[in-house]
Amino acid sequence: MTDSLTIADRTFASRLIVGTGKYSSHAVMTRAHQASGTEMVTVAIRRVNISDRAQESLLDHIDTDQIALLPNTAGCYTAADAIRTAHLGREAGLSNWVKLEVIGDDKTLFPDNEALLDATRRLVADGFVVLPYTNDDPIACRKLEEAGAAAVMPLGAPIGSGLGVQNPNNLRIIKAGAGVPVIVDAGVGTPSDAAIAMEIGVDGVLMNTGIAGADDPVAMARAMRLAVEAGRLGYLAGRIPRASYATASSPLEGVLGR
Amino acid sequence: MSRVLWRFSALLQYAQEIVKITLNGDPFELSRPVTVDALLRRLEIDSRRVAVEYNLAVLKRAAYESTIVSDGDKVEIVNFVGGG
Repeated sequence: MTDSLTIADRTFASRLIVGTGKYSSHAVMTRAHQASGTEMVTVAIRRVNISDRAQESLLDHIDTDQIALLPNTAGCYTAADAIRTAHLGREAGLSNWVKLEVIGDDKTLFPDNEALLDATRRLVADGFVVLPYTNDDPIACRKLEEAGAAAVMPLGAPIGSGLGVQNPNNLRIIKAGAGVPVIVDAGVGTPSDAAIAMEIGVDGVLMNTGIAGADDPVAMARAMRLAVEAGRLGYLAGRIPRASYATASSPLEGVLGR
Repeated sequence: MSRVLWRFSALLQYAQEIVKITLNGDPFELSRPVTVDALLRRLEIDSRRVAVEYNLAVLKRAAYESTIVSDGDKVEIVNFVGGG
C-alpha cells in the first residue's frame, strides 16, 4: 500500500515528524529517531558558543541522507526575528524549508497569528517552503494557506504539555477545509494522543517532548510510530458510526433457552 | 620632538589596528581587520556547520573570503541545536 505524505515537492513514507531537543544525549536521540521511522526532524537555530568550542555538532548525530532537516524559528516573538532566523537557517542547512513559529506569549507559547501570517507571506515571497505552527483555528489555517503555507500545523495542546488533542472537532474542521497537508504540532503526550489525531484524518503529527521526555525515549519513539500508523490505517479503513445503544455482534437466532 | 612624534604615530597606528566588533551580542576584539573566513578559522568553527550574519544581513558562504570584518561591525554566528 502506498500512502505517502507529500508536502511541497517532497514525499515522505513516514507521517511522524520529530524534534531534536531535550534528549539526555545525542546517542539516545539518534536511536529514538531510528525507532520513530521519521524522515524529517526539527532543529533550532542558536548562537554558537564562542567561549566553549568543545561542543559536538548536532548534525553529527543526524543521518541527513535519510532524514530531512526542518529548521524552526522557536523563541521568536516578532515576524522580523522569525524571518531573520529563517534566513539564517536556510544558509546553515542549505534548505528553504522552515517550521515557522512566532510566539505570542511565553507562558502558553501560543502563536501570535497576526505576526505569523505576516511572516508567512514574506517568507513565501522569499522562496521559502513555510510550515507554520498555529492555533487550532480553522480561520487562521485558511488564511495561512491563502498566504502560501505549504502545510498548516495546528497545535493539539500547548507545546510540551502532553495534554493531547484538546479540540478534535476543530482539527476535523481544519482538515475538511484545508487544501494543504495538516500536521498536528505540539501537545501529544501518549501514543493514543497521536492515534486520535491521525484518526481524525490529519496528514501527520509533529512531536518532540512526548518522545524526548519519556522515561525511555527510544521505546516511546517506536510506540509513537506504531500509533501514527495505526491511527492512519484506522482513518483510511473508515470507522463505524457512533450509536447510543447496542447492536449485537452475535446472531439473535438459536440462542439456548429461548 | 621627533621621538615624541614617532611615539604618537606608533600609538595611533596601534589604536587603528584594534578592531572592536560585536560578536554574537558581546564585545570582541581583533588585532586587525580579518575576513569572515579567517575569523571562523580563528574561532575554530567549521564553516560548513554554521550561518553568518554580517551587519544584520545573512552572508552567503561564497562571500566569507571577500567580506572584511572591521571596526564597529556586528557579526552573528549561528548553528543548529536541538529543538522541536
